[in-house]
Amino acid sequence: MGETTPRQRTVITTDSKPVMPPYIKMRHDAGRNRWLILAPERLFDPDAIAVEVLKLCDGARSVGDIAGILSKEYNAPVEDIEVDIITMLQDLADKGVVKA
Amino acid sequence: MNESAPSHVKEGTVTMDTGEMRCDATSGSETSLDPSCAVRAPIGLLAELTHRCPLQCPYCSNPLELEKVNVELTTEEWQKVMRQAAQLGILQVHLSGGEPTARRDLEEIVKTASEAGLYTNLITAAVLLKRDRLEKLKECGLDHVQISIQDVDTEAENADRIAGYKGGSAKKKEVAGWVRELGMPLTINAPIHRHNIHSVEAIINYAVELGAGRVEIAHVQYYAWALKNRASLMPTREAFMEAARIVERERERLKGIIVIDAVVPDYYAKYPKPCMGGWGKGIINITPSGRVLPCHAAESITHLEFDNVKDRPLADIWLNGSAFQKYRGTSWMKEPCRTCPRREIDYGGCRCQAFALTGDAANTDPACSLSPMHEAWAKVAEVESHQSSPAFVYRRPGGATPKPEIKKTPATSDA
Repeated sequence: MGETTPRQRTVITTDSKPVMPPYIKMRHDAGRNRWLILAPERLFDPDAIAVEVLKLCDGARSVGDIAGILSKEYNAPVEDIEVDIITMLQDLADKGVVKA
Repeated sequence: MNESAPSHVKEGTVTMDTGEMRCDATSGSETSLDPSCAVRAPIGLLAELTHRCPLQCPYCSNPLELEKVNVELTTEEWQKVMRQAAQLGILQVHLSGGEPTARRDLEEIVKTASEAGLYTNLITAAVLLKRDRLEKLKECGLDHVQISIQDVDTEAENADRIAGYKGGSAKKKEVAGWVRELGMPLTINAPIHRHNIHSVEAIINYAVELGAGRVEIAHVQYYAWALKNRASLMPTREAFMEAARIVERERERLKGIIVIDAVVPDYYAKYPKPCMGGWGKGIINITPSGRVLPCHAAESITHLEFDNVKDRPLADIWLNGSAFQKYRGTSWMKEPCRTCPRREIDYGGCRCQAFALTGDAANTDPACSLSPMHEAWAKVAEVESHQSSPAFVYRRPGGATPKPEIKKTPATSDA
């Protein structure tokens, strides 16, 4: 059997290195002209910001790194961005869309 | 049932349960087209690859009249369906049955579906699966496995009795372990009824123990075999309310560990459910022989005519097929649906239930409190759930209309 230790909630922090597992598939749907995230019996509808963030989630960059990149790109305070993306990624982690 | 996400990602579900499929993906920006012309591409395909199944669950959502093996689509025909589905814009395919692994060509179908870009979901009873086959299915591109259970493993006897299959519970546990070892996401689907509603909490914990990312507490929907067995399966309102409280509590406790989806039995719901998320709106169902249905129970509406994928392209059937046109949108509605503010929320409920109980599929589903039949209908659950449970009518070919002498089906356990 799989795990022997009790399963725990993933808590997203500045140091987390989030990534979408291989069975979560984000792709652009040409027919509908939008990005979609396909997951087990779920469909997620990410907006442009979420797509930007998720593209940067490669399991190597930390949330802090990602906030830094986006802060430069959008010329916005890194603290604000970090709060925003932690909220988003925590929500997605709770739904099994990202691991960290 | 969607939580409102505080963030940048909206959520929809393309869920397939024993008795119901929900589809409430939110659409993007609406165009200004005439809404009656705006038929959107479907997002989910429920492919019933076969009606063969080693299990005999008395709540099966397959029709009472099961299709035989000699009418099933060929490998090539299913592969063609998968390509057409992807072209039509379908995103997810639910490979179901009967038991889909009863088809030896499942690997080829999965491979084609995956190559066409479909997200592939195997809905299985698991008892026929071997580890190397599962591995092969993964190599072919299978994305997700959903295993149904009848009860927890400490209640294996009860589980096997419900499924009419000895040793099933243990086998399912083994296969669930393989799914996780292979790094595949796992959903546990538990159809809930009078004979296991006391185990809801244990079932959720069992799903956690099995490593599932999702568990469906899927109260049985009373169509087809479940309608036949309603008097055996209907839980009391009190038992249902208790189960609902447990789900709510466990959902909070297990946040981030497992996602708990619940399907409510509409006998105890406040409003009728938007069956299939609206007729011909997001989901296509294809039977083993290739008949294309707006819902897996649609054949029970006897005056509808269904096209077959062997005769007509899937896109044409979706857009123009008479069965899809018949109850699509809201223009077919009568009162009280026609002027109801909820008409685009629940679409007047379930067409099949309306037909079965009122004789007219365009009537309001008796599950709705505005239906003149509602009170009588709701009373059925109250009465039946308090009577002693009759023996199951097990799901097997010919089982719904038993002819005493010809039964040669093996090994049913005592009911």
